Amino acid sequence: MSGTWITTRAWLLMLPLLVVMISVIGWPLIDTVRLSFTDAKLVGTEGTFVGLANYAKVLGGSNFQRALVTTTWFAVVSVTAEMVIGVLAALLLNQQFRGRTALRALMILPWALPTVVNATLWRLIYNPEYGALNAALTQIGLIDSYRSWLGEPGSALTALIVADCWKNFPLVALIALAALQAVPRDITAASLVDGAGPFNRFRYVIMPYLAGPLLVALVLRTIEAFKVFDLVWVMTRGGPANSTRTLSILVYQEAFSFQRAGSGASLALIVTLLVTVLAVAYAALVRKAAGAT
Amino acid sequence: MERQSPLFTAFIYASALLLAAVILAPVLWLFIMSISSTADLSAKPLNWWPDEIDLSRYGVLMTTLENSAGAAFVASLLNSLKVAGMATLAAIAVAIPSAWAVSRTPAVSWSLYAVIATYMLPPVALAVPLYMGLATLGLLNSVFGLALVYLTILAPFTTWLLKSGFDSIPKEIESAAMIDGARLDQILRLITLPLAAPVMATSALFAFLLAWDEFFYALLFTSDLRAKTLTVAIADLAGGRVSDYGLIATAGVLAALPPVLIGLIMQKALISGLTSGGVKG
Repeated sequence: MSGTWITTRAWLLMLPLLVVMISVIGWPLIDTVRLSFTDAKLVGTEGTFVGLANYAKVLGGSNFQRALVTTTWFAVVSVTAEMVIGVLAALLLNQQFRGRTALRALMILPWALPTVVNATLWRLIYNPEYGALNAALTQIGLIDSYRSWLGEPGSALTALIVADCWKNFPLVALIALAALQAVPRDITAASLVDGAGPFNRFRYVIMPYLAGPLLVALVLRTIEAFKVFDLVWVMTRGGPANSTRTLSILVYQEAFSFQRAGSGASLALIVTLLVTVLAVAYAALVRKAAGAT
Repeated sequence: MERQSPLFTAFIYASALLLAAVILAPVLWLFIMSISSTADLSAKPLNWWPDEIDLSRYGVLMTTLENSAGAAFVASLLNSLKVAGMATLAAIAVAIPSAWAVSRTPAVSWSLYAVIATYMLPPVALAVPLYMGLATLGLLNSVFGLALVYLTILAPFTTWLLKSGFDSIPKEIESAAMIDGARLDQILRLITLPLAAPVMATSALFAFLLAWDEFFYALLFTSDLRAKTLTVAIADLAGGRVSDYGLIATAGVLAALPPVLIGLIMQKALISGLTSGGVKG
């Protein structure tokens, strides 16, 4: 069979997927670009061409800047915590102890819990009147009176970060554990004979095996955290006083609550651009990691 | 082998207990809330374990009496099943031929990267035109419309998973059959697809879970019991004026059961999926 026929056949086999991708992804994406240059409303008016007015308004507005800071803080703090706790948990799960298999299986639990259920669960835990967190902290004696964890601008974002970490650190742990199990036993044994301490062993013997997979987990988690919507919507809807309003929540409000499709689209594209930068960094890092090993 | 000091062993067991407690406590509490009476849940100091186990809320949510909380819950459960089921079937159907083509034809393998790239797109980038498009087609608040939209997530995802599945089936088996005179459709139907059956099942289950978890599009594109999915129903409960926190917890337990069971059963596939995805990108 000739090479051209094989290539043609491949494209023919891919035709159904291409049709689907173009109609539900390609076309909407292009239409978002078109809308971003208009003053279209979500329902009714088609809108007229307004050039870069939407972009100027969005980028110059304090709402976008504040949401960008909130989202970045959320992503950086929760992903950092997830990586640190995840690696520590993986190092623990790589040790020999009774009940290890059960504990590993347990790690699936937060991962499998639907995000909305996770958000609901933590909303109940943080409840200002009957929440378990208030009850536990009062009974231990750490706080005197019940607090509204999600109702105060000072604590709401941190409360969201804790809920996000709890759900996602086990995923990092499982990825890191799989990488740890690929470290050959004789190398760790040899490093022991050579008298390497625990810190040097981690740094020079184990870390080279961990670096690649962890890098991938880091960037994937950062992209996910940057897009965060479900968790925030269910727990705080961006409040109190917009202290947890992330970029995705802002786009939702602009395009759907206020029905300003045009400026909502321009905002959505700015978010897309930011995520694309992260994704390109991901591709570059993966290529580099693949080349290194 | 390293000889461990008793102190180190004690440290390991203490850490393991701490990790188990961190993971289990919130989930256990969700379950305990679902079986505690309202009086126990609003007691100060809080009753951590109910005096009497109250399973009535599970009954309340599973009844289909008209206009009851149960009817709304069961309707949203069925909608979730329909949407996730349809979207998964459609995604697998378009993914199988394309994943095989990409796996066997190096010349078009670059297209896979385009597919993966779309998987990273934030849903907000597509939401407005999708909303307007569904409105034009009369598919807002419809399980078909939502299933169609879910293809934006499931089609790239399943193609990616199936491609690495086909990669692990040696090309030589197919070439051998071709030399024996088998046609392409016979090769695929009789040899490749049966060999890929486990991968296809795993991909379908993961795709189903993704659709089951989805919230953003469901929130935007559905408005009442005709199409509202379970995630939206639970968010409504959590954000509404329901005073019975136990009922919210019960809905959460029921919604979490299918994915948790699937997750525990598919542990091995999940972990190997995580690592292969991590290495191959």
